[in-house]
Amino acid sequence: MELTTDILRLATVGSVDDGKSTLIGRLLVDTRQLFDDQLDAVVNASERRGVGDLDLSFVTDGLRAEREQGITIDVAYRYASTPQRKFIIADCPGHVQYTRNMATGASTADLALVVVDVAHGLKEQTRRHLCIAALLGVRGLVVAVNKMDAVHWSPTAFQSVVDEVETVAGELGFDAITCVPTSALLGDNVVDASDHTPWYAGPTVLEALETSDAGAWSNATNGARLPIQWVLRQPGGGRTYAGMVNGEALHEGDVVTLLPAGIETTITALNTLHSGADVDGAVGLSIDVALADETDAGRGDLLAGAPLPHVTREIAATVCWFGERPLTTGSRLRLKHTTRVTPARIVSLDGVVDVATLSVDPGDELRTNDIGLVQLATADPLVVDDYRDNRVTGSFVLIDEVTNATVAAGMVGRATFL
Amino acid sequence: MTLTSLRPQTTTDHLSLLESHAVYILREVAAECERPVLLFSGGKDSAVLLHLAVKAFAPGRLPFPVMHVDTGQNFPEVLAFRDQTVANLNARLVIASVQEAIDRGRVADPGPHGARNRLQTVALLDAIVEHGFDAAFGGARRDEDKARAKERILSFRDAFGQWDPRQQRPELWQLYQGRVNAGEHLRAFPLSDWTELDIWQYIERENVALPPIYFAHERDVVRRDAMWLAVNEFIEPRPGERVERRLVRYRTVGDATCTGAVESDAVTVEAIVREVATANVSERGATRADDRFSETAMEDRKREGYF
Ligand SMILES: Nc1nc2c(ncn2[C@@H]2O[C@H](COP(=O)(O)OP(=O)(O)O)[C@@H](O)[C@H]2O)c(=O)[nH]1
Ligand SMILES: [Mg+2]
Repeated sequence: MELTTDILRLATVGSVDDGKSTLIGRLLVDTRQLFDDQLDAVVNASERRGVGDLDLSFVTDGLRAEREQGITIDVAYRYASTPQRKFIIADCPGHVQYTRNMATGASTADLALVVVDVAHGLKEQTRRHLCIAALLGVRGLVVAVNKMDAVHWSPTAFQSVVDEVETVAGELGFDAITCVPTSALLGDNVVDASDHTPWYAGPTVLEALETSDAGAWSNATNGARLPIQWVLRQPGGGRTYAGMVNGEALHEGDVVTLLPAGIETTITALNTLHSGADVDGAVGLSIDVALADETDAGRGDLLAGAPLPHVTREIAATVCWFGERPLTTGSRLRLKHTTRVTPARIVSLDGVVDVATLSVDPGDELRTNDIGLVQLATADPLVVDDYRDNRVTGSFVLIDEVTNATVAAGMVGRATFL
Repeated sequence: MTLTSLRPQTTTDHLSLLESHAVYILREVAAECERPVLLFSGGKDSAVLLHLAVKAFAPGRLPFPVMHVDTGQNFPEVLAFRDQTVANLNARLVIASVQEAIDRGRVADPGPHGARNRLQTVALLDAIVEHGFDAAFGGARRDEDKARAKERILSFRDAFGQWDPRQQRPELWQLYQGRVNAGEHLRAFPLSDWTELDIWQYIERENVALPPIYFAHERDVVRRDAMWLAVNEFIEPRPGERVERRLVRYRTVGDATCTGAVESDAVTVEAIVREVATANVSERGATRADDRFSETAMEDRKREGYF
């Protein structure tokens, strides 16, 4: 049997009720990803709740409260595969109070599947989601201009949403975007091409997803990074350092620098979990390495190839704030960055992002779901890259010291569009 | 945009990326939590999980014990497999016993042939408190059930062991943060992104040992609730049910009173991979009576503190 190796991770993005869950349900049903019993269960649940023969949103809206209220509360992960590729789909909620869950789904996605109700155009919440997706580094956009059945398949209605989306996406720095006129409800242009849109010659949603290169890895030369997770004691007294490779591949013989200590050394051995890979220390693999020199390396330290990351106790960052109480200058939190957790303090709040205009305005606090620019000081030195150079060493979360809840997503540096 | 992908496409195969991600989670939780434990039922998912845990910390010893939540109604082949596996690894086995919970009066006795699946929650939560565990690794996958599809990789449980699907912690990138206050704990699911097919392909690649009941064998069974149930000390034929000898295998392994077999002639892992790739019915749909009680059976059990 053939092993598909190509995977696209995508997240749905857009305002509540524009049809995200219905679209994912349609995509899964029309590509026959659902088992018979799962489809039966959706049919039964639709009947029981009096929402017609088949409410496709129930494919992903699996919680009791979601079905009772007809909304998505938290991300559902679904796995699909076609002969072309595998998909990991995060169906995200649209409500503003669940923005933290949308960010959760989008943080691991390479492509955002944006759903816009053609009758309503871009709502503020869609702009907020697009802004968060852009900040998080989601690279590809496929836009389903949805509910075309409700506007008599009007090409002008479609075009006016396309114009709006293209303007916003351009401001946010997305390059390749594909807009598709759809009816998730009826299945038009989702998997099967529609008879209602003879004026549209582009791909269906599925074709757009199958051909997107958003998940392809640009052969970046931003330097190999290995945050150390765990020290493995080898028989005979030696030690190896375990972690997941990112940035660039690592190889036996590579010269690396142990940070924050700043000790240059060489990788003398590199062990993988499985010996079949083309490149032993490829990005995304968990490995462990032995070093030429005696060091006191441990969890929280990082091995880096050139160009080296920065070692700093002060970082300028963009944060999405999810806490219930506002974030202000002086707030004390815990910060987790790679494999290190350290106390942190907000030194200054340098601006609050207006998601409608993308302007950065002065402000004294970040309220729940606000995006802002901050200066942070940390107790321990951190080894960071700009988020745009490396999504692993450029990201952190902030943790409430009392409840231990994760209250912010942080990205080192500032997006060019802000 | 010139951002690099978080989990980029490399020439590396899909199974190796899943394996590496699972090992990454195992190491993060082991490093951040004081007293983790790995839940091991002897089923295929927990066998894969244990295999990954061993790889994550080799050549060292497993840095946490394994725990079996024992309903007292097990397939004997599975218990033998559990004991053999634990002995081979020289691991520490903790048994959380449903029978003991019944004997102590913590839960009502459902009777000699009653389902004990739901009672596992009490035994599990009691054991977590007794041993002071602050994290429990489980082999649950998001493709198993619609409530599991919603759950975080690190799933927070309050002081009563409950899951609140409306208040899940944000989980960004691969920054798994496992801090909890005293009395609270985490469930960690390193196999979240694996599908049933991934599990079998990995078992094939890694030669992971499994209990024999996963492979086709002849067995006396009765047809009940559209499943084949094995006739044994836990299941007696009811009036009108006919005992038949059939070639079957198990797709999941749970409490012997509520786990059904499927008809199959797959005697090798390779044959099972082929069978799973073309299955029309989900593994829980085919084999678990406990999920059929209601639309949200899994969610309801999970809220109470189930796996
Ligand atoms: N007319 C029409 N209604 C749709 C379409 N897609 C979704 N809907 C309806 O819009 C409502 C919200 O859909 P849902 O998928 O839950 O939206 P979400 O909040 O974005 O996930 C439901 O009542 C759907 O049946 C469509 O293409 N056409
Ligand atoms: Mg939805």
